[in-house]
Amino acid sequence: MNSNGKSMQGFTFVDPERVEQIFSQYPDKKSATLPLLHLAQSQHGYISNSVINTIADLVDCHPAIVMDCVSFYTMLYTKPQGRHIIQVCQTLSCSLNGADSLVDHVMDKYEIKPGETTADDRFTLMKVECLGSCGTAPVVQINKEYHEGLSTQNFDKLLESFE
Amino acid sequence: MNTFKPVLTEHIGQPDCHTLSFYKSVGGYTALEKILKMKPEDVTQEVKDSNLRGRGGAGFSTGVKWGFIPKDSNKPKYLINNADESEPGTFKDRLLMNKAPHQMLEGMIIAAYAIGCHTSFIYIRGEFYKEYKILEKTIAEAYENNILGQNILGSNYNLDIVIHRGAGAYICGEETGLIESLEGKRGWPRIKPPFPAIEGYLQSPTIVNNVETLSCIPHIINRGSSWFKSIGPEKGPGPRLFCISGCINKPGVYEEPMGISLKELIYEKAGGIPDDKQLKAVFPGGSSSAILTAEEALDVKMDFEDLVEKKSMLGSAGVIVMDETVDMVQACLNIARFYAHESCGQCTPCREGTVWLVKMLTRLVNGGGKPNDIDMLFEITDNIGGLIDFSKGSYGKTICPFGEAVAWPVRSLVEKFKAEFLEYLPEEKAVA
Repeated sequence: MNSNGKSMQGFTFVDPERVEQIFSQYPDKKSATLPLLHLAQSQHGYISNSVINTIADLVDCHPAIVMDCVSFYTMLYTKPQGRHIIQVCQTLSCSLNGADSLVDHVMDKYEIKPGETTADDRFTLMKVECLGSCGTAPVVQINKEYHEGLSTQNFDKLLESFE
Repeated sequence: MNTFKPVLTEHIGQPDCHTLSFYKSVGGYTALEKILKMKPEDVTQEVKDSNLRGRGGAGFSTGVKWGFIPKDSNKPKYLINNADESEPGTFKDRLLMNKAPHQMLEGMIIAAYAIGCHTSFIYIRGEFYKEYKILEKTIAEAYENNILGQNILGSNYNLDIVIHRGAGAYICGEETGLIESLEGKRGWPRIKPPFPAIEGYLQSPTIVNNVETLSCIPHIINRGSSWFKSIGPEKGPGPRLFCISGCINKPGVYEEPMGISLKELIYEKAGGIPDDKQLKAVFPGGSSSAILTAEEALDVKMDFEDLVEKKSMLGSAGVIVMDETVDMVQACLNIARFYAHESCGQCTPCREGTVWLVKMLTRLVNGGGKPNDIDMLFEITDNIGGLIDFSKGSYGKTICPFGEAVAWPVRSLVEKFKAEFLEYLPEEKAVA
């Protein structure tokens, strides 16, 4: 931070046209907050303070307002994550169909606990609540994709395919 | 009753069923052509006459909701399609977005026309990335074919649709939480009234409808409100997508007439319970509904009225089946943990109470339960959710119905399976 309380290293969107397009879709600036946060995270990997400052400037509000929003949503990360994010659904239908053993499998195989990242930054493990795919339980989301009806064996093979 | 033929899922499973050309080949967008020649208020009346009730969970009359939009307001009107499907046990909207996105879109355009809306949003849960990409294509196809944009199908009507991704918060499925989230804030539900139809998105009149609700609209327009009303019970008719999961042979989405018996749904449609185990309990309408014992479950019809009579609710029609081997205390902890994680933190009874529930249930399963824990569980659930009757539409001690959504399952689980909770108490401490 410098004396103005602003972060010294500013964040800039690499695709200003996309930023403009997002703004053009909404009747007011602040509604663009979540889409801009999604865009920033896909570029930067997580929501840093400089991301927050940049977006606050763009949507014309105090950074604390943007931070308030960021802290509310589980998909927005305020710290760097592993290259691949494993999210195991643990809500009832997945739990009844073996979700716990999938979590145990990652914990044993990569020696990380939920919330942790492997030392080589390959995987971050998270236990998450209902992913809305209970009919194909147990379900694991890896990065953006759902993997449904997993057995420990299938899951193990799947994990191997991520580098 | 005649043999029921699926309506919303009739073509699902056919190749390319998500495309515009396929949808048009089975009569897609003829309802839109029809309504563009109708007065908006006549469209609303047709939907009102159909007795369609919302498929998201609350079950409010869709036509009546549209009718709340003030006629004399100069403000813009907004339609929001609630695609934030996150109620545990529910996965039907995801299917509709994957396989029949144009059906949903046609429903949206008709609804938007009826309420006089020119900018509409699809609020889709952030995790549904694949569905988001599908909807992007659906909307692009619609713009290319003059189904969206200016002068739709040669009429004077203009409409733009924007897809807005959520970012992981169950509460944003609650309509005022959703609106706050769309405005770029945390998804804290608003105190009602004013209801969104009067003051919603950016203080303008706003209608929030669920994906499945909107998907019913083209069919009501094409086949008429009396056809719709003839399916199932008149007070809450129509086809319904039942999601079945948990301990079940053939989990999935089943489209059946409203009012089908839960027994038929579990044992005939979904193939019963694996290894012929005994049924123990069922959540009939997502995890926010009060649990039914096997005996109650086998004697209930899946419609709004019958489930209210059984002191539960149809909710989102997410049926979670539990067999004899399921530990109800563990199930209760699982559900409580979900609500503790998803409580938005705005109201004290819910923010604090859900965490107390998890702490107490965790202590209980770890063998540290205390003799008055059962009474304490009742006290906490009553403090979060009150002893409020959903059917009367009144909420308890929290701003939104989340409070009841925690209190109902937890309280009913403890009440109906009390013996199992008592078994967890260390022996010397157990009291009769």
